[in-house]
Amino acid sequence: MFDINIMALSGQLLIGLINGSFYALLSLGLAIIFGLLNIINFTQGAMYMLGAFVAWFGLDLVGLDYWAALVVAPVLVGVVGMLVQRFLLRPIANENHLYSLLLTIGLAMIIQGFFTHLYGSSGLPYAMPEALKGGFRLPFMYLPMYRAWVVVAALVVCFATWWVIEKTRLGAYLRAGTENPQLMQAFGINVPLIVTATFGFGVALAAFAGVMAAPIYSVSPEMGANLLIVVFAIVVIGGMGSIAGAILAGLLMGVIEGLTKYFYPEASSTVIFLVMVLVLMLKPAGLFGKEA
Amino acid sequence: MNKPVTLPLSQPTAAPKPHREKVRISDLHAFYGESHILHGIDLRVMQGELVTLLGRNGSGRSTTLRAIMKMVGRRSGSIVINGTETLDLPAHRIAHLGLGYCPEERGIFSSLNVEENLRLPPAVRSDGMTVEQIYEMFPNLYERRFSQGTRLSGGEQQMLALARILRTGANILLLDEITEGLAPVIVKRLAEVLVDLKRRGLTILLVEQNFRFAAPIADRHYVMEHGHIVEEVAAHELEAKTGLLKTYLGV
Repeated sequence: MFDINIMALSGQLLIGLINGSFYALLSLGLAIIFGLLNIINFTQGAMYMLGAFVAWFGLDLVGLDYWAALVVAPVLVGVVGMLVQRFLLRPIANENHLYSLLLTIGLAMIIQGFFTHLYGSSGLPYAMPEALKGGFRLPFMYLPMYRAWVVVAALVVCFATWWVIEKTRLGAYLRAGTENPQLMQAFGINVPLIVTATFGFGVALAAFAGVMAAPIYSVSPEMGANLLIVVFAIVVIGGMGSIAGAILAGLLMGVIEGLTKYFYPEASSTVIFLVMVLVLMLKPAGLFGKEA
Repeated sequence: MNKPVTLPLSQPTAAPKPHREKVRISDLHAFYGESHILHGIDLRVMQGELVTLLGRNGSGRSTTLRAIMKMVGRRSGSIVINGTETLDLPAHRIAHLGLGYCPEERGIFSSLNVEENLRLPPAVRSDGMTVEQIYEMFPNLYERRFSQGTRLSGGEQQMLALARILRTGANILLLDEITEGLAPVIVKRLAEVLVDLKRRGLTILLVEQNFRFAAPIADRHYVMEHGHIVEEVAAHELEAKTGLLKTYLGV
């Protein structure tokens, strides 16, 4: 057990970091939506899948390359999200939160079922963009260029999102709107508009992750559903609604999963849930959550 | 039973000066869910006036302010602000008629620091105080500008809640129990601030429990009971009606 193979270990760590990047992007979107809307958005996985499919359609049908897809897919999926919020979620916003939870579960299943019906569940290939092929030979491992790109891009997007929310005036509106939306309205701020835009942004993050996932995981209708449960566990670990918590817990859990794959592979798919149970027992508000 | 004493509101105004009358509320009913809180309120506040709503807890004074800001359930009747009927406006449009609302619980945001709290509400008119002027008026806020909003003392939070709406340029202030729980020296400071604001021409509707704070600075008082306005007292009638007020306020 202590005979550590550096090559294999760093390989698993890298995979962990990449998974962690996807976790961070997805849980960040969930945390933003939960923080402001108090909605547990079960469509996040479907939106991730939609992002990947937009990239695939783009390349296959209209010659939209990977780089364009990175912009177009989040915008398109963000618009879909805003429509969902405006016309499905807003009418039930004052009901028990279970209603919105159930609605997003149903919607996720409809979207996923529709794509499974059209494309089956085996997955479609998406070509790696030329510029990101190849890799670097480091002394202890081989680092594929695309994987490095995923980690860097995810970190940049996560950090930029965190910065906007914590350091700008728009972010102050979001934070204050989370605390006391009614008073924000009384100050003359159009809270319903901010809520719709925030939902759109949250799901756009998922779509961005979906495009980045397309070249490494195959594009399939179930790609989001498989990921979503893990991502929920990560949001709980980070602390419901905590922005920094979602990002850091995402990366951390990816790495822990990678380490587990090296030391005790049998536990690698359950270790995150184990951590979640421990966190809930020791710090119920999550690692970075505010105690109620 | 006392009949509500109100000004004759239906009387047509001779000169077209709609903006002299900053707030005009007619036959306002308000509900929280099924409970009927306000039962036909009529009141008005003229430009530059400082008017108080007096009454016991639960008489509907805070609800009157919240109803103006559309922070209650159903409302009926009429609320005219600066000449504009607001009953059917979306909540976020109302402040832009020049209203600044300071809630009873102060509404300082804990996720924002002092300066972020101060800069949070968007300007509703162009001639609000600058942040520099506000820091001059409330030096404590300047010293603590990077502290978390809710870490301030009660008095400082109250100053912040007030300063926040002064920055927006609002010229009609709705202030709910701003002296509640504050030390006498801070209450005195608040009275000076209100007198200063009044001198600048701002219109103030003040919900107040502390009659000794309100009496010397107000032009008129409305007394509320059970969701009705039961008495209107002008400043010069105060002495004559002291006994009556004491019965209503239970002091």
